[in-house]
Amino acid sequence: MFLYALRRLLLAIPLLIGITFISFLVIHLAPGTPGEIQTGDLSIQSDKEIQKLLIELYDLDKPLHVQYWKWLTRIVRLDFGKSFSPDARPVLQKIGERLPVTLLLNIVEMLIIVALAVPIGVYSATRQYSMFDKVTTVFVFVGFATPDFWLALLLMILFGVQLGWLPISGLRSLNWEYLSFWRQQWDFAGHLFLPILVATFGGLAGFSRYMRQSMLEVVRQDYIQSARAKGLPERVVIGKHALRNAMLPIVTVLGLSLPGLIGGSIIVESIFAIPGMGQLMVQAVFERDYPVIMGNLVIVSTLTLVANLLADVTYSFVDPRIRVGARRRR
Amino acid sequence: MRAFWRALRRNRLALVGGVVVVGLAALAILAPAIAPWDPNRPDVKKILDAPSGVHPLGTDQLGRDVLSRMFYGARVSLAVGFVSVGIASLIGIVLGATAGYHGGVVDATIMRLVDLMLVFPRFFLLLAVLAFLRPSIWTIMAVIGLTGWMGVARLVRAEFLAIKEREFVIWSQSIGASAFRIIWRHILPNAMAPVLVAMTLGIPAAILTESGLSFLGLGVQPPHASWGNILNEGKDAIEIGWWLSVYPGLAILLTVLSYNLFGEGIRDALDPRLRQSVGRIVTRR
Repeated sequence: MFLYALRRLLLAIPLLIGITFISFLVIHLAPGTPGEIQTGDLSIQSDKEIQKLLIELYDLDKPLHVQYWKWLTRIVRLDFGKSFSPDARPVLQKIGERLPVTLLLNIVEMLIIVALAVPIGVYSATRQYSMFDKVTTVFVFVGFATPDFWLALLLMILFGVQLGWLPISGLRSLNWEYLSFWRQQWDFAGHLFLPILVATFGGLAGFSRYMRQSMLEVVRQDYIQSARAKGLPERVVIGKHALRNAMLPIVTVLGLSLPGLIGGSIIVESIFAIPGMGQLMVQAVFERDYPVIMGNLVIVSTLTLVANLLADVTYSFVDPRIRVGARRRR
Repeated sequence: MRAFWRALRRNRLALVGGVVVVGLAALAILAPAIAPWDPNRPDVKKILDAPSGVHPLGTDQLGRDVLSRMFYGARVSLAVGFVSVGIASLIGIVLGATAGYHGGVVDATIMRLVDLMLVFPRFFLLLAVLAFLRPSIWTIMAVIGLTGWMGVARLVRAEFLAIKEREFVIWSQSIGASAFRIIWRHILPNAMAPVLVAMTLGIPAAILTESGLSFLGLGVQPPHASWGNILNEGKDAIEIGWWLSVYPGLAILLTVLSYNLFGEGIRDALDPRLRQSVGRIVTRR
């Protein structure tokens, strides 16, 4: 177990270096002058100034290997420089403020997706071609095709504007400070409801599909036949023997879909004005705040890598075959 | 081939999807001929008019006809979908074929590159790249293509690994055919079926990505219409002009849905076993 985790950890190191290298390449996309973004009317500095700042920050006037080495040593020390925006605060600090919100949103989304997708998948797999199965199949196709930002707009029109039931932006109401403790929690939950609903919608479609597929494969296996043959009640056969095996690939799929889920924060956070990393990223792009952009890119992808690693180790924990297989292959 | 058509014809949903796909392409091509109004002509007397006989889907903040803008938006969305998937497939095929055919260190290197690219949350990478470039339809196509080839590469590699052990490949090698010739003339044609399916399913994914970027204001730039940027403008008039938010989104939903149905129909008709290997290899973002 421990050896397997260690092995995965060592394999992640080249990926980590790769992340810094790809990000380094992104900086070099800047053709002569950092692109003149037409939409960036908000930008405070002129191209010349930005260019000067960029050269200074990333040593763009030095030879390439020197540049990369400096960039790498700075990242290792988590030094992403200072923001180009007027407040000029350290990038790490800016990201640190916003990270918890994005993490909270993504973890809650994951939990909801798994909690709903597993029963939906199992139910439609055990009753293949039933009414329920057909309805969920339609839901899956529509879920895949619905743009999340559009769903967000529709829900805002319905719940925010027409019915006025839910707040449609930010994390707290204006009078938050004057509310009692429980009222504050209620207010917070109300603000999170629509964003989480939007973010779970697409993911839920995908996961219930995977779960159904995985379950359909497992129930055809011989060991399910024998479990039935020895007279176990169907509830135990499905709920224990089949479910446990069908859940295995889901752990991997969960790990693989993480980048997608985190990337989705960009849209959800900027629509609902939630002060997380996604919103910070969009603002930074409009303001051409390059240190923030690069810091965001490196940190988000490193977090994804760590989460993938956790998923891998969890997988080996629930499925002993993986650990043994890895050892034997060596 | 005949079995393929028979299987496809039996799948009614896929047929409906196919008809919509063709219809959309026709709308996009014919946009200048069928659009009732000039999509870029503002009219101060018709700002935010609700849908009516004159403007079937209403007008926007500048008094431009929404239906006409959506016809032109279809051109942009479909063009971005096709070109970016073309770029992604080309990169994916070249890298996947090289990795699968040569194996060893080459394979290991290319596959680590694939792993690496998959670690980046795609929207963060797209935004970071776009921050340095001047946004235009061309950069959007290039950037979506350059960040979306990993699924095709994996798929092609897997096909190559299986096919290169077959006898006809070994025979060609024995008579001294070059690696290039074997890859392009002998193996690739046999590996194309799943790639075509992946491409069909990649187009809607690219359309969703483009509309997401345009919605954020970082994709196709006004005055060019795209479904995403009509929605972006609609967002600001959300309390008055619901039609600005509802119709373009519906168009995206319908397009993506039809392509998915059509793509999965082709996949099942080609070979039901592909269901396993060509799932949704093109992730949403």
